[in-house]
Amino acid sequence: MATDRIVGIDLGTTNSLVAFMQGESPVVIPGDDGSNLVPSVVALDQNDQPVIGNAARKYLTETPERAVYSIKRLMGRGVDDVQEELKFFPFRLAEDLQAGEVLRIRLGGKKAGEKTFTPPEISALILRQLKRNAERFFGAPVTKAVITVPAYFNDAQRQATKDAGRIAGLEVLRLVNEPTAASLAYGLDKKQNGIVAVYDLGGGTFDISILKLHDGIFEVISTNGDTHLGGDDIDNLLITIALDDTLGDLGLDLRRNAEAVQAIRNAVIEAKIALSSQPSVKLDVELPGGKCYLREITREQFEKLIQPIIDRTIGPCKQALKDAGLKPEQIDEVVLVGGSTRIPKVRALVKELFHREPHTDLNPDEVVALGAAVQANILAGGSEATENMLLLDVTPLSLGIEVAGGVTDKIILRNSTIPASATQFYTTQVDGQANVAIHVLQGERELAKDCRSLARFDLKGIPSMAAGMARIEVKFLIDANGILHVSAREQRSGKEAEIQVQPSYGLTDEQVEGMILDSFDSAEEDFRRRQVIEARNEADTILAALEKGKKSPAWGHLTTDEKKKIAKMEKALIAVKAEDDYQAVRKAIDALNQGTTRLAELMMDTAVSTALKGKTMDEADMGEGPTAPHPMAKAEFE
Amino acid sequence: MRAVHFCEACGKVQPPVPVDYFTFFGLPRKLNLDVTALDKDFYELSRKLHPDLNAQAGSKEQEWSLQQSSLLNDAHRTLKDPIKRTQYLLKLEGVELEEQSKTATEQARSTGQLKKQIVPPDLLEEVFELNMQLEELRAQKKMGEDDPALIEEIGRQKFELEEKQEGLLHELQGRWKIWDGMIQREHNGQPVSEEERRQERDKMVDVLNRRNYIRNLVRDVNEVLEQ
Repeated sequence: MATDRIVGIDLGTTNSLVAFMQGESPVVIPGDDGSNLVPSVVALDQNDQPVIGNAARKYLTETPERAVYSIKRLMGRGVDDVQEELKFFPFRLAEDLQAGEVLRIRLGGKKAGEKTFTPPEISALILRQLKRNAERFFGAPVTKAVITVPAYFNDAQRQATKDAGRIAGLEVLRLVNEPTAASLAYGLDKKQNGIVAVYDLGGGTFDISILKLHDGIFEVISTNGDTHLGGDDIDNLLITIALDDTLGDLGLDLRRNAEAVQAIRNAVIEAKIALSSQPSVKLDVELPGGKCYLREITREQFEKLIQPIIDRTIGPCKQALKDAGLKPEQIDEVVLVGGSTRIPKVRALVKELFHREPHTDLNPDEVVALGAAVQANILAGGSEATENMLLLDVTPLSLGIEVAGGVTDKIILRNSTIPASATQFYTTQVDGQANVAIHVLQGERELAKDCRSLARFDLKGIPSMAAGMARIEVKFLIDANGILHVSAREQRSGKEAEIQVQPSYGLTDEQVEGMILDSFDSAEEDFRRRQVIEARNEADTILAALEKGKKSPAWGHLTTDEKKKIAKMEKALIAVKAEDDYQAVRKAIDALNQGTTRLAELMMDTAVSTALKGKTMDEADMGEGPTAPHPMAKAEFE
Repeated sequence: MRAVHFCEACGKVQPPVPVDYFTFFGLPRKLNLDVTALDKDFYELSRKLHPDLNAQAGSKEQEWSLQQSSLLNDAHRTLKDPIKRTQYLLKLEGVELEEQSKTATEQARSTGQLKKQIVPPDLLEEVFELNMQLEELRAQKKMGEDDPALIEEIGRQKFELEEKQEGLLHELQGRWKIWDGMIQREHNGQPVSEEERRQERDKMVDVLNRRNYIRNLVRDVNEVLEQ
């Protein structure tokens, strides 16, 4: 039985979500602003404190140099890989970056105080926000999670995601591929057998996975994709057009004006979304200098523009079908995942590819997180809903080693069920040779230089022998997260060879250690401290509401006794609020809340009668906004 | 006998024993194999050994589960495929198929020469002609031209090659029968001479080599056609 509270997290390019299994069905945990989606935006406020999600979005236009979005595009990548991205994204790389070093992004102004962050650290800030949302929801610490990644993520990108979890104070029990997670959520209530294709076009990544569902086993047969293809590319295309327009028509070169670009970006995203339901939209962006950028886009024009982008999903789909040995007719169901699949033209393309109408009854933004929660439940020991469920996933890319002549020798082929392993034997070339170097690659190409370099391993401490005598057994193992592990042994001496790993694009263990935001040990303490802060905030809200209540006509309807009791409880709350005992504060809040029920009801009556007199509810408002559980607001809605 | 993978009484994963893939599934070293039964066994074992179902176990058991389930997946992947299965058995019999071709490849690369491949005699003429045509099509494609007649002719030859490939699989299955019969005889206590064993191995190696050659040829044709 499930005992651990393990959450499922979808760490997306555009939005991130946290979900968990409530009884027999997965649910998304909302943030304190009531929204299920946490925008994957991180900003530094005026005091250089990180702000995450919706709260960070305003910085994108106000102080773009203090904000960053779409960081997922940079996860596990080197400076050479991202040159193309830098043309379209306002990522500001640290100036002292060395080749082969993990990327660092600058956040903050030019003045002193500018900080640099690696992509895993920025992702960790998003994860920590989700962790806190879950902790507020449960009223208890959360330290374990399942995190989803694009199926086509390579080893370095997976490792970077796992590192981000660790930095955020989360033990990442499993990385699950996003389309596979979606199929778990999809299959949970369908309980049927058959072949399912999951087409996942998100903000920044595209995946296609073909699965066989049988008796609770979700078996991935093949997967393919493009980790740099998504809604972002559509946005960038529209931004480029707008910038060309403004240069041509208005003579304004805004390409280096981050604020203007951001304003245009917001407008084209809105237009893109609207075009899924409207035949045309009008762009109207206010530009610096008081000028406006006006343009009408019809859906027809939009579809023509994006055709080359969405056509890039065809190749991976065909390859996945070929690898699975299936014809489109043999696919029983097609499931759509990711916000970009809301575009009618994308749906039409999928229909054409698979010769059938795709499923659209699932919320494409939430299904991955819900599936992650299902997988979390399985890992926690399962429940009635997940009984007999088992996920068998594959590695998306072939694993190879470089052999003489710069050729890749593939040792684990793509679409092999994971965990998977391969053993290779090495020997020495000269007498007494103590080291052997191994270059590990990932990819499908013949030549090593065309594949992704994962790491260089140095086998050390080989016992001194004549050339060719040593027989070193090297075992390559891809675990259930799709992450590679290497171990080596010299067979004649039985000695474990020491492996020195130089990840081509990753953080070392020591670096990750140094970045950890909330260490596991202080999780309880952090949680307690946050609870105290939150309880105090709640206390302030109810005390302010009470002040307001005292001034309302309803106060006059209370008996002296009632007023006395309320005053006593108010005093008790103020006293306990100064202490560090959040449970005591909550108790006092509850007491005062109970004691003021009649006052709230009377205020409600007054409010209703004033409303009938033509006044609005706002004028008879009793407190602030929909933030957090509001004790007096509760009575209001009863 | 199948190797012990988990405790029958308590269901806990046991440390992996280094065994060959046939032994892992408790199968004799025969080549005619009931793939449906293999799949069934694979799914049943997955339900016991997979790391997801042992995530709450102790760290030692989690490690065993990782080792065991990778061995299970490796064994299933190899045995379910007729060609991989045959190659694997030959490797167990001491034939270093892979090694040979790898050494040859490396040598060819380091000397900058084309890898010498033994062309099956019955294909000699066809292959010569096909290579000429592929060369011509490559040259045409470079110039941005397309000769539909040539493409059709190459497509026809590709189809023939694929049929030959299919035929070789049948030939291989014929050899399996003889091999399996030999193993059965041995199992029944009748001695099998080392010479007979060697002969049967060589015949299978020969079929695999021919098939490999054709497979590479088809791959080359596809490459040129898809350019």
